Amino acid sequence: MKTLDRKANYILSAILAGIAILVLFYMDSNRATYSYPLAILQRSAIYAVVAVAMNLLTGFTGLFSLGQAGFMAIGAYTVAILTIPVELRPDVYYINGIAEPLAQASAPLWAALVLGGLLAAFMGFLIGYPVLRLKSDYLAIATLGFSEIIRAFIAAPLLDRVTNGSYGLKSIPGFSSTLISFFVAALCIFLMVLVIRSSYGRAFKAIREDEVAAESMGINLFKHKQMAFVISCFFTGISGGMLAVFMRSIDSKTFQIGLTYDILLIVVLGGIGSITGSILGSFLMTAGREWLRFFDDPLVIGGFNVPLFRSGFRMVIFSLILMTVVLYYRKGLLGNREFSWNGIYAFLQRLSQRLKRQKVSKEVGKDD
Amino acid sequence: MTETVLKLNDITMQFGGVVAVNGFSMEVNRGEIVAIIGPNGAGKTTAFNVITGVYAPTNGSVELHGETIISNYPQGKMRKLYAGENNGVYEQLIRKTPDKITKLGIARTFQNIRLFKNLTVFENVLIAKHMNIQSNLLSAAFMLNRKEEQKMRRETDELLNILDLSDVRNEISSSLPYGKQRRLEIARALATEPSLLLLDEPAAGMNPQETNELTRFIHRLKDDFHLTVLMIEHHMNLVMEISDRIYVLDFGKLIASGTPEDVQNDQRVIDAYLGVTEDEQ
Repeated sequence: MKTLDRKANYILSAILAGIAILVLFYMDSNRATYSYPLAILQRSAIYAVVAVAMNLLTGFTGLFSLGQAGFMAIGAYTVAILTIPVELRPDVYYINGIAEPLAQASAPLWAALVLGGLLAAFMGFLIGYPVLRLKSDYLAIATLGFSEIIRAFIAAPLLDRVTNGSYGLKSIPGFSSTLISFFVAALCIFLMVLVIRSSYGRAFKAIREDEVAAESMGINLFKHKQMAFVISCFFTGISGGMLAVFMRSIDSKTFQIGLTYDILLIVVLGGIGSITGSILGSFLMTAGREWLRFFDDPLVIGGFNVPLFRSGFRMVIFSLILMTVVLYYRKGLLGNREFSWNGIYAFLQRLSQRLKRQKVSKEVGKDD
Repeated sequence: MTETVLKLNDITMQFGGVVAVNGFSMEVNRGEIVAIIGPNGAGKTTAFNVITGVYAPTNGSVELHGETIISNYPQGKMRKLYAGENNGVYEQLIRKTPDKITKLGIARTFQNIRLFKNLTVFENVLIAKHMNIQSNLLSAAFMLNRKEEQKMRRETDELLNILDLSDVRNEISSSLPYGKQRRLEIARALATEPSLLLLDEPAAGMNPQETNELTRFIHRLKDDFHLTVLMIEHHMNLVMEISDRIYVLDFGKLIASGTPEDVQNDQRVIDAYLGVTEDEQ
């Protein structure tokens, strides 16, 4: 089968990226008209970062962790506390007051994001010591537990003067331009791709494939698992920070276990072990939920009020679609492959061949 | 002057109440091909797993180039349960994880092939080169270690050339025919630049012609890479033809050792093991 050469690949990718950037620019300059699609795209981009970070663990290192929500919470609270304007803080902490050293502490957005990532990574480093000695499901259970502990801590009364307890934080200044969120997301994903493509990334893959063999190839299992876990936590923390800036108000309920399951769903839908799959998955998931909103509105056809069409019905439809996808694409939309123009090209060729064959068989049928 | 590469001293491996290997001592000298044989369940693979650090022995020690790399004595629960010999002789506790032992120069293959199944032949061997990486995560991620990376790739390609695997370089390893998978596993082990190669049943599942090829292949490897080889094997033809010395295990105990002729004429070995092959002929 004919394939595209490298140059054609680059050109096609560049064209796609160019179109995406132009569309985003256009939407951003007419923000008033396009605020709704922009919000969906922003959320998708933020979820894409967590999804790729989770894929780095689950799909590339073979560690099944369910601690995403907890690490996102660390990043989100760090960014929120550091970026809420100092003069607005008394209003935000109006019940319990704010702890003294934090009252004046503030940082620019980028520094707050990096710090949030670093704090999440440090937490991952500490949790990694006991947890990474566990395997498969047990690791998932342990990380899930830690994630809930982090959330409970944030909501605990003794941290009221830091996290504002169960009242949450508001008045977080949003992104000054929506393009920043896309840029940060793209940068994070690019950095993770670089890690995966390096020699360390190959060692991660070896651990996923066969731990015993990887160890007998001189790969220190614990060190490399710890490395993957900390990197993943770092980017999870950053995306949590971005989520806080995007939502502009957060509380501990934002980071319940449901958030982790959303991310897991994205990773599974896109394909475990596929970065482009995770990105595609996060856009489809986030956008899909919104597109299906018309199922929530009552539908009246010729005076007849169709039953079932009421608030919440879209989630039923959404679940049905997900089940269909999982049934027909067992390994997710992209499996463990990456998106490539060659793949699309081959798909189109197969399609045209099938159409030709059908035509031929029809013509043969006429002759009879 | 013969130089001892590997020395096992009274290795005992006990799982609960089962003594899998009992007071096993052996030596492998530089440039030798030594075989461990024995009926199923005799403890051969267990001995391999002790040498490579997968299991910590219950009692005994392992020396590599005269330096003790593994040493243990019955502890905890085992103090009461211990059913082996030489209790109290060893007092040191030295444990090393398999990756550290690989770095010391012992490489192994597995009885049931353990390749990185979804990766290509090239990647399989390249991963073994990660062991000696000098650059840290950041410089590797930002491709600042281009020289090192290129060296790793070049060495991998050279190795694939030597082992006649260049033609399948970009194939997924699990799609290779069985014989080539075995050879790839050896290539991967050689990529760690070992001085001692442990082969766990390299001829398992091979037909006579492939076995003959393997005999020549192992000889060639030994000379080209200045290796010392320790292997477990069931194919008597291969073992008798290739080995300088043979150790025979039965129910975890060493029952005979020496040159192939000595072992073949040993009545206990014939009783335990070789009688089976006579029936087949």
